[in-house]
Amino acid sequence: MKRLSRLRRHRATGPILLFFALFTIGTTFQVASAVDAEQTTTIAARSAAIDEGREIFLKGCSSCHGLNAEGGEIAPSLIGVGAASVDFQVATGRMPMGDMSMQAMRKTPVYNAEEVYALAMYVASLAPGPEIPTEEMLNYERDGSTAEGGELFRTNCAMCHNFAGQGGALTQGKYAPTVMGVTPRHIYEAMITGPQSMPVFSDKTITPEEKLSMIKWIKAAEAEPQLGGAALGRVGPVTEGLLVWTLGIGLLIGVAVWLAAKAR
Amino acid sequence: MTARERIAGNVAGYVDDRTGAAKWMKKNLTKVFPDHWSFLLGEICLYSFVILLLSGTFLTFWFDPSMREVVYEGSYEPLQGLEMSAAYASTLDISFEVRGGLLMRQIHHWAALIFMVGIVVHLMRVYFTGAFRKPREFNWIIGVGLLTLGIVEGFLGYSLPDDLLSGTGIRIAEAIMQAIPVVGSYLSFFAFGGGFPGVAFIPRIYVVHVLILPAIFLALITVHLMLVWYQKHTQFPGPGRTEKNVVGYPLMPVYMAKAGGFFFIVFGVTAFLGAVASINPLWLYGPYTPGQISAGSQPDWYMGWLDGLVRMAPPIETVTFGYTISWNILIPGLILPGIMFTALALYPFIESWANGDKREHHLLDRPRNAPTRTAIGAMALTFTLVTLLNGGNDIIATTFDLTINQMMWFSRIGVIVLPPLAYVITKRLCLSLQRADRDLVLHGRETGRLVRMPNGEFTEIHEPISAEKAWLLTSHEQLAPLELPEHDGGGVRRPGAIKNKIRNRISRSMATAVPKATQTERQELEGHH
Amino acid sequence: MSNEIELIKDPGLPAHVHRRADTDPKAAARAERQVATLFILSALGTVLLVYSYLFVDEDIFFFIPVLGNTNAHQLGLGMGMAIALFCIGAGLIHWAKTLMPDEEVIAQRHEFKSEDEDREDFVKTVKAGAAAAGLGRRPLIKRTLGAALGLSAISPVLLLGDLGPLPGNQLKTTSWKKGTRLVTDPGDRPLRPEDLEVGAVAQTLPAIAPGEHRSLNDIAKDAVLLIRLRPEEFNLDAERLSWTYEGIIAFSKICSHMGCAVALYEQQTKHLLCPCHQSTFDVTRAAKVIFGPSARPLPQLPITIDAEGYLVAQAPFNEPVGPSFWGRST
Repeated sequence: MKRLSRLRRHRATGPILLFFALFTIGTTFQVASAVDAEQTTTIAARSAAIDEGREIFLKGCSSCHGLNAEGGEIAPSLIGVGAASVDFQVATGRMPMGDMSMQAMRKTPVYNAEEVYALAMYVASLAPGPEIPTEEMLNYERDGSTAEGGELFRTNCAMCHNFAGQGGALTQGKYAPTVMGVTPRHIYEAMITGPQSMPVFSDKTITPEEKLSMIKWIKAAEAEPQLGGAALGRVGPVTEGLLVWTLGIGLLIGVAVWLAAKAR
Repeated sequence: MTARERIAGNVAGYVDDRTGAAKWMKKNLTKVFPDHWSFLLGEICLYSFVILLLSGTFLTFWFDPSMREVVYEGSYEPLQGLEMSAAYASTLDISFEVRGGLLMRQIHHWAALIFMVGIVVHLMRVYFTGAFRKPREFNWIIGVGLLTLGIVEGFLGYSLPDDLLSGTGIRIAEAIMQAIPVVGSYLSFFAFGGGFPGVAFIPRIYVVHVLILPAIFLALITVHLMLVWYQKHTQFPGPGRTEKNVVGYPLMPVYMAKAGGFFFIVFGVTAFLGAVASINPLWLYGPYTPGQISAGSQPDWYMGWLDGLVRMAPPIETVTFGYTISWNILIPGLILPGIMFTALALYPFIESWANGDKREHHLLDRPRNAPTRTAIGAMALTFTLVTLLNGGNDIIATTFDLTINQMMWFSRIGVIVLPPLAYVITKRLCLSLQRADRDLVLHGRETGRLVRMPNGEFTEIHEPISAEKAWLLTSHEQLAPLELPEHDGGGVRRPGAIKNKIRNRISRSMATAVPKATQTERQELEGHH
Repeated sequence: MSNEIELIKDPGLPAHVHRRADTDPKAAARAERQVATLFILSALGTVLLVYSYLFVDEDIFFFIPVLGNTNAHQLGLGMGMAIALFCIGAGLIHWAKTLMPDEEVIAQRHEFKSEDEDREDFVKTVKAGAAAAGLGRRPLIKRTLGAALGLSAISPVLLLGDLGPLPGNQLKTTSWKKGTRLVTDPGDRPLRPEDLEVGAVAQTLPAIAPGEHRSLNDIAKDAVLLIRLRPEEFNLDAERLSWTYEGIIAFSKICSHMGCAVALYEQQTKHLLCPCHQSTFDVTRAAKVIFGPSARPLPQLPITIDAEGYLVAQAPFNEPVGPSFWGRST
């Protein structure tokens, strides 16, 4: 017991306990908020799904998008946006929009996979639009080329999403989000539906094979460890300059002060 | 005499017979160098330069400075089969195929960034302590020259691999060139051997980067060091230190060990950065083509202020008789930097003109004792900081949930409003610090111990400061303002009256100071207690 | 009470304070051991570098906090070098600080100014030398020397003449002509209007003959961005409207400010943003500049369809593309 009291009074105990507490909270939160991004779609009876979808729509979406999805002052019409738009917006948590800020952000989805599918079927039933790509259509490992995908990404995407897909600024507080950690299906859907500020990338301008190449490159970039050390955000010289002005010169001045100080 | 001593003696004799080296070696090995940590900042630059030479030479053994198109066949899969310039492909090979190649590339680039940081902090130290005053004005000008050339050398260096980010930087440099009135398009076509991007630019800047500028650097750095050596280093004021002496340690062994050791420290820290922090991962940028661009494209930090100036420029372009002048490019890109660097280079002369001080100075100023100079320095730093921040405005906007439009307006207004504000605040701060110094000398240090007197009064015990500290706080000079005549003996206004009037006004502002504490005042106060 | 103000005097160098290693031999031995340890650490660093270079596989990655997945070979090389260098430095500095003499030495400064006598002698020597050269008395030599030296300076400048061709018309022309097809970049596929949906963009270049190769110089002037809006969203005069086709509008992708690629299209606001300096262009008003430093809108390429229904240029650009230059409007 004496040992325990002694340890309790040690001057390092406070910091160590704090560290463990923070670590526990942090990892618990991480685990609890991990979202299962890959959702398997099962072909349910379409009309049952459409009915279910209409119910969910009326409850959760019609206040902004109108009772018949015709749109209104604050939300666009959903007629013709297709199942792909709904799957992208709702399954990534962008919709329902939490607050009326400049743009919808990716967040924890409100609806589960079945509900998202129902919503998508309902909206698709209103008018023809882009469909949810199937698993066969998304076989980027087989059908895509990493190098070609990189060229396509740099030509079509990097100006908004940055050379490494880390995201970038648009005007008036809008931003292109990071493409890291997005499922291949959602990447594909974003390209064909052009959500919010993003333009549409039609299948004739970027063919489905080219889209798969881009997804393959994105996945490769995501998995690629940074060869030279800490990636510093993969945003280029800004963070590099910040590091040299903090850690770099800090270390050197620290040594200089030690060098010139009189030894005891 | 031991065998070793005999051999050493023979070698030394051999060399001295032919060069007479013993005399100046003896004199210089005992040369005294004052010791203060801030005197090591220039050494950071010097050692970074050596590291750049060494690591750069390594890179030249593998780098191919050619813009001819090749197909990549190396080991980095996401670029395999793509067309790119040989410069880019050879840099990929250095990064992926050469053992230690990526480390050397990173050390080289980090060393370049540290070189420029070192120059800036060294410049700040020299400026704020007034070390540029007579007889060191030439050294100051050389230093400003090294700063300017360093910026160019760094820009050319990171442009050599011909990647998307640096290629964009070259495009912008070309646009500045092209915007120059009358000769712009000719200059651009001459520099690039035709239209942009052409095939001549990278090979040409390669020679400038590895031969011409390093040679100029070597010459300038040698003169810079020789002047420091010959004129002897300045020293901070303190007990025993005067304008006529240098107090410190001899070159051999102390200074050699400390300075030599510091070289290894700088090299070690640079290698550490090269080991743990990725810099310029150009395989992610991709090869340069004018049809591509990345969000968040910035130059290296030492050019960030230029980028920020260009971003905040109002969109002014005039067309007169069919001839276009792009003020929105020329002013932030050439005219303003030209004025700034010229003013920086001429500052020692401007200051001595303003306060009429033509004497030699070997004792440094504590910044608080030169409030006007310090405040002007704060102004310049504020300006640089605002423009630097604006250079990264899109990344700052996405990181801190701001808009690029807000950042732009903050910078446009801030760059005009904040520097004068910084001037006023800094000057007031310096004068406050002078007042605090004066109080310290006259009243001593507040110990925080309260004592109750027999009559009930509480007083705080003040501990008198040491004689050394009192000297440090009062040894500085306080220049009187100039009083140049505007009229001659007969009351007639002189021809140079306006110049004299301006000088009088400026020197009066520069002479604003809190009077130094004197021994007389101290004795008077002691009489009271 | 005297009227003179007495200033505080210089007390001179403070008394020397000895370090532990100066007086205590055990402390000196400890300092020596510390220096030696640092040098040994440096040697170990070199061993780590050599080992990593020769024996560590370049494919091994392992996780380190803060750094993420780190390559073992690179880290070994880099940290080996860093430790090797840093510890030599730290050892040298510690040695100097603790064991080498640290008594401050005073040296006198000498005046730089030469003796007046020397200065006068210098002036006399220069004057005598100049008189001996006789330039003052021989204006013919002076003038012809000046002319010769001045003229000879022309040669090096002239010899640089072939550094580059004269710009000629190059800055004012692109590859776009009447009937040139717009093809995708990359892919080189011609486009029909129905290939683009409303809200879609396409990166395009002028079609080239099979076997022909596009140079970067061509791309730097020819890159064009196609955007499709609803025709009623345009706010253009009749002429510019006639340059569009069924809501499809084409602009030069090369920024009119400093030449970066402008392809960042915000579908909802119909704005184009250049990421270099944040110039913002309004597509509905022919890329008019609404924010940022660019002084001119992006040049618009007039487009229509050819007999087979593919999008083609109606005519070349009506103005030079890219950044401004002196003779741009002549």
